[in-house]
Amino acid sequence: MLTLEHLSKTYADGTRALSDVSLTVQPGEILALIGGSGCGKTTLLRLIAGLDRASAGTIRLDGEPISEPHRAVGLVFQEPRLLPWLSVADNVGFGLDGLPKAERRERIAHALDKVGLADHAGRWPRDLSGGQQQRVSIARAFVTNPKVLLLDEPFSALDAFTRASLHEHLLALWEETRPTVVLVTHDVAEAVTLADRVVVMRPKPGRVDDELPLGLARPRDRTGLPFEAATRRVMLALDQSLREPAPSGTRQRDQQAAALWW
Amino acid sequence: MVAAPRPAGKRAWGSPRVLLGLLLPFVLALIWEGAVRAGLAEGRLMPPPSRILATLQGLAATGELWTHALATLWRVLVGFAIGAAAGIVLGALSGAVEPVRRLIDPTLQALRAIPSIAWVPLFILWLGIFEASKVALIAVGVFFPVYLGVAGAILSVDRKLIEVGRMFRLSQGQLARRILLPAVLPATLISLRSGLGLGFMFVVAAEFMGASEGLGYLLVGGQQMGKPDQILAAIIAFALLGKAADSLLLLATNSLVRWQDTARERL
Repeated sequence: MLTLEHLSKTYADGTRALSDVSLTVQPGEILALIGGSGCGKTTLLRLIAGLDRASAGTIRLDGEPISEPHRAVGLVFQEPRLLPWLSVADNVGFGLDGLPKAERRERIAHALDKVGLADHAGRWPRDLSGGQQQRVSIARAFVTNPKVLLLDEPFSALDAFTRASLHEHLLALWEETRPTVVLVTHDVAEAVTLADRVVVMRPKPGRVDDELPLGLARPRDRTGLPFEAATRRVMLALDQSLREPAPSGTRQRDQQAAALWW
Repeated sequence: MVAAPRPAGKRAWGSPRVLLGLLLPFVLALIWEGAVRAGLAEGRLMPPPSRILATLQGLAATGELWTHALATLWRVLVGFAIGAAAGIVLGALSGAVEPVRRLIDPTLQALRAIPSIAWVPLFILWLGIFEASKVALIAVGVFFPVYLGVAGAILSVDRKLIEVGRMFRLSQGQLARRILLPAVLPATLISLRSGLGLGFMFVVAAEFMGASEGLGYLLVGGQQMGKPDQILAAIIAFALLGKAADSLLLLATNSLVRWQDTARERL
């Protein structure tokens, strides 16, 4: 279980990127973080990845605090970030250095097969399309069998067709070991296609605005009514979070009370 | 496992592209030869190609050409090895270790501003007129481009790739071996190439300052004895030697950077 307790992140220049974020993600759950730009989605992901340190609060994976990159946590970046001097297969196996050769080869072949790139094992990254490169990058993260997989808008640079096929590849890989997945996205349809629960974030400072369990069965019918309803719910919540914060009910009451007191 | 070979580099010889490049010098040489034969030009100070080739052949036949070429090549090789090794080591330290950079970089940058030829009198006083001072001059000339190239390459390694290494929890040593080294390789090889070019430049200067053999000695001798054909023969020998050394370096290192997504294969 992945737990975030009262996480805050303030950058050196005083920007409050995250303020008091608490979340619990169940094993095997797919959680989508959605929100406008600057709401701290990526910051949150980098904290869980251990690439940055939180200013306050703790992150625990099965009780163990995380403050630097963890063996059981994998990350797929927004860009493929493949190492251009390694073949596709060696890129996938980048994190498998300690394994015996045969097992390493087997796991690479299996992961490449799962993302549909078995024929491209020996090619250079430069010879692949953007979507193929991102598939290699997903395979690279999955091949180490992480307990938690973090995805930072990994499909945002791709066209709609490529994105849809990548969603399928991702779910196929997820089915095998059922890791916890935290997916950052700004695409409502993507969140509803993949996630069990959607967390809507609000900027300045970044914090959790709303949590929506979707309760949709898999495989999901993207044209069905439940899917549409869920999409509408997420959109409404997102709209809400993008609006300027209206003075909340309690504060209004306080003001009225103060007026009466005078 | 290797990507499908790209035939562009292999077919280069004999392809129209290369022949086109040879056309201009060939035509110019023919015109000059014709002009001298027809009596339009005297050809004493600017001998025609046939006479230059004859001189080259004569030098080669007596074995003189090989003695001089070998002497020059040996000086460049030793100077290049020393300068490149020092440039790689100091450049890597300066690029990777912040305190070292703060310590040595300002001094080296200041020294770089001195034209290398200006060291010649000092080197002769320190190291004598023979080989040591020549090799030192070449080494200094090779050192700076290599130092700058390596240090700059390390400083400009993509932070995003470093983060991939951090995500896979590489140690400092693993990070250096698996990410930094391959990432700086292309820029390092380019700096070695320009270093080698400068090495050939400085060997001429070194041989001008007093040598009993070497292609630079042939040049000076040609001037003193009024033999322009000997000067041009030496110049052509320099061109061939320099190009051959550069091609050899390129050939030896090409397989290391085959992965690059650039036009290098066509250079």
